[in-house]
Amino acid sequence: MRIESHQQFDAAVEAARAAKLSKGREVWVCCGTGCLANGSRAVAKAFDERIEAEGLQASLGLYHKTTGCHGFCERGPLVVIQPEGLLYTKVKVTDVPEILEKTVRNGEAIPRLQYKDPVTKQAVAKYEDIPFYKHQIRVSMRNIGRVDPEDLDDALAHGAYSGLAKALFAMTPDQVIAEIEASGLRGRGGAGFATARKWKACRKAKGERKFVLCNGDEGDPGAFKDRSIMEGDPHSVIEGMIIGAYAIGAHEGYLYVRDEYPLAVVNLGKAIEAARLRGLLGANILGSGFDFDLRISRGGGAFVCGESSALMRSIEGRTGEPRAKYVHASDKGLFDLPTNLNNVETWSDVGAIIANGGAWFAGWGTPKSKGTKAFSLVGKVKNTGLIELPMGTTLRHIIEDIGGGILKDRPFKAVQTGGPSGGCLPADQLDLPVDYEVLSENGSMMGSGGMIVMDDRTCMVDVARYFLKFLCEESCGKCVPCREGLKQMLHIFEDLCAGRGRPGDIERIERLCHAMQLGSLCELGKSAPNPVLSTLRYFRHEYEAHIQDRACPAGMCRDLTAYEIVEEPCTGCHQCTRVCPTDAISGKPKQKHVIDPAKCISCGSCFDVCPEDCIRFFPKNGSKEAANAHADH
Amino acid sequence: MERVPCTDLAPVDAILARYPREEPSLIQVLQDVQRAYNYLPCEALERVAGELGVPLAKVFSVATFYKAFSLNPQGRTIIKVCTGTACHIRGASQLIEEVQRRLDIGPGETTGDMAFSLQTVNCVGACAMAPVVIVGEKYVGAAKATTLATYLDRGE
Repeated sequence: MRIESHQQFDAAVEAARAAKLSKGREVWVCCGTGCLANGSRAVAKAFDERIEAEGLQASLGLYHKTTGCHGFCERGPLVVIQPEGLLYTKVKVTDVPEILEKTVRNGEAIPRLQYKDPVTKQAVAKYEDIPFYKHQIRVSMRNIGRVDPEDLDDALAHGAYSGLAKALFAMTPDQVIAEIEASGLRGRGGAGFATARKWKACRKAKGERKFVLCNGDEGDPGAFKDRSIMEGDPHSVIEGMIIGAYAIGAHEGYLYVRDEYPLAVVNLGKAIEAARLRGLLGANILGSGFDFDLRISRGGGAFVCGESSALMRSIEGRTGEPRAKYVHASDKGLFDLPTNLNNVETWSDVGAIIANGGAWFAGWGTPKSKGTKAFSLVGKVKNTGLIELPMGTTLRHIIEDIGGGILKDRPFKAVQTGGPSGGCLPADQLDLPVDYEVLSENGSMMGSGGMIVMDDRTCMVDVARYFLKFLCEESCGKCVPCREGLKQMLHIFEDLCAGRGRPGDIERIERLCHAMQLGSLCELGKSAPNPVLSTLRYFRHEYEAHIQDRACPAGMCRDLTAYEIVEEPCTGCHQCTRVCPTDAISGKPKQKHVIDPAKCISCGSCFDVCPEDCIRFFPKNGSKEAANAHADH
Repeated sequence: MERVPCTDLAPVDAILARYPREEPSLIQVLQDVQRAYNYLPCEALERVAGELGVPLAKVFSVATFYKAFSLNPQGRTIIKVCTGTACHIRGASQLIEEVQRRLDIGPGETTGDMAFSLQTVNCVGACAMAPVVIVGEKYVGAAKATTLATYLDRGE
């Protein structure tokens, strides 16, 4: 039913709370992209059918719902039993009857399904006691994993749209902006521009027709917090956008979502439809007299469309080419009309800030970076997934306490933040507090919150080459420094990684980086040299090893690396033969195995699985030939 | 003389009917056309250009700019290997090589029998399960070169 006044809204929230929160027992099944991949839909269905067939809703007061991504995707499918908050990981359909019988009916835990702390090796029963969750403070991700993204009432019961009601009925647009200013909120997409300043500029801009946009083109590789928010709590994004539109004086909005996030498109679409039906979107929202409506625009799979002006061109149905920055979007944005664009996470923060006050949000963080920030902690750490923490948390706390340290206890080498615009920070920077300024000063960037942890087996020259290849493919090609600079740099890096590096390459790279920083049209081009410059700054010795010794210290560049099995303590366990993609390893059971260098492609699969650490890599001598070949042309 | 199109354009007309006849609809329409045909047939592009009032050259520029679009027919099962940073450092390149070895196609190519296409994607946002391969609609997390074969044999 349509909500047409403040009183009706309060009544609707009360009704939703009564219907959704007063349940005795609940089973929550995560249906985010990660858990779905591991078969959570079938698990949810099995719960549904059992509960229905055995009449458990009546007899036990048991309810079941699917939620968005808990951010702990590696262990999916995840099941949470409420009210105790028991967490089960890697749940299979066949586990469902046992969970219902033992845990739900008799209150017994099933140790087999409990999460085991990789550090202490102890089983952890409760969701909130797991180190991965224990240290987190969730604002933008406040309801993810707790609400059913397809159920507006469930969202209402968990506080959704209460910030909107407060803004519409108790605040003027200027007061809303002042509250956001007091919160110190800065853009969560990476650049960290003050949100209130952006809103003010757009509010002041002349023109009747204005737009608010949501940047859901989370293109930074290694980042997925926006996907999780859009999939798991779409109403928080919609609420933020309506509040922003009210503050700015806009009546139309677009959610621009990456093509690679199909579930986000589906869940946002359903949420928009549900919000419209209840009078939370469209004409005369909640009877306040304010009109605002929202459409989804699906991206076409182009990284550059995360840049604001390129994103707007893409919504217009054109190729996503950025334009020069002297044209401000607040004056001439989408369709050349005043436009305000914010990131998914920023929008999701807005509703909570209005509901709880700016000072509440500003209570976390550092002097210049307030509040909490979502990160995706991935790569070679033990616990991977989504986290949200106060600004100013140290990298060490994130990687060691929350991430549980490095996979297989190998040495830490670097953490990459900020995607292709960011950089790699080495071990001696681990005590840096994470905020916008500190990361930039040290050659990296906040970016959209990707944190990719790397161990000693990650080659930093290869990582820089990886980002150059990525950017080469994704450069829109409009300006020469970016288009050609990346291409030439990639040539040099491919030579480095193949053992064809030449003296003077490092200086050539530095000159190209400098030219790109000066001459590129948009921020993507200007920041594109960052992965190269930061690895040069902290890992110059690896570059020198590639050039002077034709060696890859990490053993990752295949043309420079060869593998062998050492006599002791190879037990002939066969694990390496099983993973070798080219059948290059031979040996009888329980006897020492041998790698055939003619067949070996130096992929390192055997090294990664060997339980005895008896596989060794060393610089390949054959690279001399490659060097000569290079001199010839 | 009116050319008789060799592609059935009824799905294109059905798609066009759902959108306003204006340039901003272009990408959304092409998304749906791509989904309906598994690629963008030339005749469909001509029809879209005519109906939306956008020059054909512009339609081509959009169709070739965005990665979601393909001008060539794609295989029945599309194998997407994620090459995001997390997947890269956990061995995505080994997965690409494995598909190449087994199906004899490189990234962007399709097998002769139209069964499979291989694509690389710059991050699908499932980084916690790296490395990730998507076979058709199925996400395979913590993918290994040696177990990839089972998915390739099965196809769609």
